[in-house]
Amino acid sequence: MNLKELVTGVSGEKQFLLGNEAAVRGVIEAGVSIAATYPGTPSSEIGNVLSVLAKEANIYFEFSTNEKVAMEVAATAAASGLRSFTFMKHVGMNVAADSFMTTAYSGVRGGMVILSADDPSLFSSQNEQDTRNYARLANVPILEPSNCQEVKDMVKYAFDLSEQFQIPVIVRTTTRVSHMRGVVEFGDVNDNSSNNDNHWKRGHFKKDPSQFVPVPAFAGEMHVKLWDKIHEIETIANASDLNSEVNFASDKKYGVISSSSAYNYAHDVVKFNELDADILKLGFSYPFPQKKVAEFLSDLDEVFIVEEVDPIIEKETLATIGAKKLDVIVHGKLDGTFPLYHEFNSDVVGEGFNKILNFDENESASYSSSLEKLSQDIPSRAPVLCAGCPHRAMYYGINKAIGELGLKADDVVFASDIGCYTLGINPPYNAADYLLSMGSSVGDGCGFSVSTDQKVASFIGDSTFFHSGISPLINAVHNKHNFVLTVLDNRITAMTGGQPNPGIPVDGMGDEAPEISIRKLALACGCDYVRVINPFNLEQVVKTYKEAFERNDAAVIVSKAPCTLIKGLTRKPPVKLVEGNCNNCDKCVSELACPAISKINGKIVIDQSQCDGCNVCIQVCKYGALEAGR
Amino acid sequence: MDNHYSIYICGVGGQGIIKTSTIIGEAAMNQGLDVVMSEIHGMSQRGGSVSTELKIGGYNSSIIPNHGADMLLSFEPIETIRGLDKVNSETKIVYNTHPIIPSSSDKAYPSVDSITKTLKENFKHVLPIDGTNLAIDAGSVLALNMVLLGAVTADDKFPLSKDSVIDAMKNNLKPKFHDMNLKAIESGYKSIKG
Repeated sequence: MNLKELVTGVSGEKQFLLGNEAAVRGVIEAGVSIAATYPGTPSSEIGNVLSVLAKEANIYFEFSTNEKVAMEVAATAAASGLRSFTFMKHVGMNVAADSFMTTAYSGVRGGMVILSADDPSLFSSQNEQDTRNYARLANVPILEPSNCQEVKDMVKYAFDLSEQFQIPVIVRTTTRVSHMRGVVEFGDVNDNSSNNDNHWKRGHFKKDPSQFVPVPAFAGEMHVKLWDKIHEIETIANASDLNSEVNFASDKKYGVISSSSAYNYAHDVVKFNELDADILKLGFSYPFPQKKVAEFLSDLDEVFIVEEVDPIIEKETLATIGAKKLDVIVHGKLDGTFPLYHEFNSDVVGEGFNKILNFDENESASYSSSLEKLSQDIPSRAPVLCAGCPHRAMYYGINKAIGELGLKADDVVFASDIGCYTLGINPPYNAADYLLSMGSSVGDGCGFSVSTDQKVASFIGDSTFFHSGISPLINAVHNKHNFVLTVLDNRITAMTGGQPNPGIPVDGMGDEAPEISIRKLALACGCDYVRVINPFNLEQVVKTYKEAFERNDAAVIVSKAPCTLIKGLTRKPPVKLVEGNCNNCDKCVSELACPAISKINGKIVIDQSQCDGCNVCIQVCKYGALEAGR
Repeated sequence: MDNHYSIYICGVGGQGIIKTSTIIGEAAMNQGLDVVMSEIHGMSQRGGSVSTELKIGGYNSSIIPNHGADMLLSFEPIETIRGLDKVNSETKIVYNTHPIIPSSSDKAYPSVDSITKTLKENFKHVLPIDGTNLAIDAGSVLALNMVLLGAVTADDKFPLSKDSVIDAMKNNLKPKFHDMNLKAIESGYKSIKG
């Protein structure tokens, strides 16, 4: 499919779309004018697609420096009467939370939708937090699509709901919904034509401090109004088609309540095992549709609650049973029927049902011992730093400097951050000892520096530094902390698929933009020692680290070299092996762990298709067995 | 259970696995069948194992249950072994015999012959193909995914026609590669059909 179909496609047309692409079509159908994000898997492709389509779709789109800024851009757009969209991964909500919580109080004029993508089983995240808690914390409605069609439809509907009640609305996906591909039938597109010289429509902000300035006198009243809205919206949720029964049962003994991707597993287990149970699918799950749930429960003896991650519907159901004095047994996470963590699938859900219903004789496949052995003996294939990745050179260099300074591994604490460079946790680099969140490496540097006598080496990427590394660096200087901060400036937001950031001269819509200098920022924060180095010059890397470790302040080293995955870079010729010179010391294999270098049948082999010509291995080899390609 | 068909596709990041799966999915949609697919993005792509799951016919979940695949299509020998949880005694196991050896690995890479021998001892339908060389013959090693796509269409139980898969291929890949891709699809098809 050509992505432009997301803009030009007409009502009734069908496309095979990724959940994240379906979200973009929903945004386009809703007539959104302003969209902002900070990239984060599993939501990243929404931004990648919007970045390409924004102009054609009359949308202003930006990669904001962080999720809080993105939230503020969307909130003010909606306050100005435009439809606005912000989207992020679940932990992005933590960054955005301060402004998000108040947006619930002040409300909106144009529709405002926040898509937050949860990551059960932590495919690419540091935790499994459940966005549905944020709907309750802030008191805003939440919708939970379970497939690509619903993503598109619910995003569009969320804007109507938001505008009707002047309240932001959350759409919660999970990895398996965002990264599911399925058939999506398009609907009508709302007009969002521009009314000025820009390609997007401009609104007008009508002042009303009592709505938009939450000083205590106004905020107290805002909280009352928020509850009024939520009570009204609960009526809508009870009547909504998004909360509907899927009927399989002849007898009303058992029932199932489920939402999101978990619903898919519940559906398939009930359908394909011909279980005698109806399913109440909750697509509009906060305000909790208590009346509808109570009606569903009233006929049942026992109910299964199938949900990923936290037992939220389960607790709401237990509360409903208590409030309505019903007599229904609840099987969910709390009684151990289903796991309290990690994503579900049909096997996990089937096993849970089976504990109560005993419908399936468990037959395990038996294989020959040779297969059992083969399965255990296959080499692992974990994600690795790419061939030619500048981070590898920096990790090699810092470890060499530490050795030359006579320090032991335990003498240096590596405070890591969120990005590809977290892969530094793996041997041979062993360069990640502590990690909390985006930007935490800098604040963690501050803490370790006053709490221990160990040296501290903090590593952060360019995009992550702009995201939330700057204010802790000011803290480091002002409070006289002592650590070495490396900013791995690879000229891109790499791990999420290559989005631009403020350090490069291009914005989210592909236009020219001012480039912000990390070096100047570090100097402006008050750092006395700021060095910009070429990571592929190992001698310089080692020398700079040795200098920086000898200091007693917050020293900043900026490693500046582009990510090898950036499109259009000229690739240097691959490294050649001079066989006669190789003495099989394995240093290049064991100390660099480069995917282009391996040892096959006792011989070093440079994979010519993978080698990026960074030439770091040439500088590591003591025997002159590696030479630059021509 | 007519027209129910689940394919687990696995290999190494960068082998064109998502594109191959998307083509099959789009072909299924064009034939009017229900289809859902699951893919892996993000950190899991940095040279690591990659898989997609594709289910045709009446399913809501895009994840194939254990032992639920009709076909295991593997782009790399040891990734076949990693995918065996999805296999049952009737599953067609189609895999490319060209290894991609992990650079820094704890364990030695087993011989491909021993993998084939062990698989044949345990399963009825074990179909190794020299996909990488067939791709090179068709014009480029990058056509490996099209060779394997051709192999999928050769399974008698596969509910889509080869023509609709070819149409979807044309809709998803650049015209200048169509001839090479057609050749690759044909050679993959023949390597199974004989």
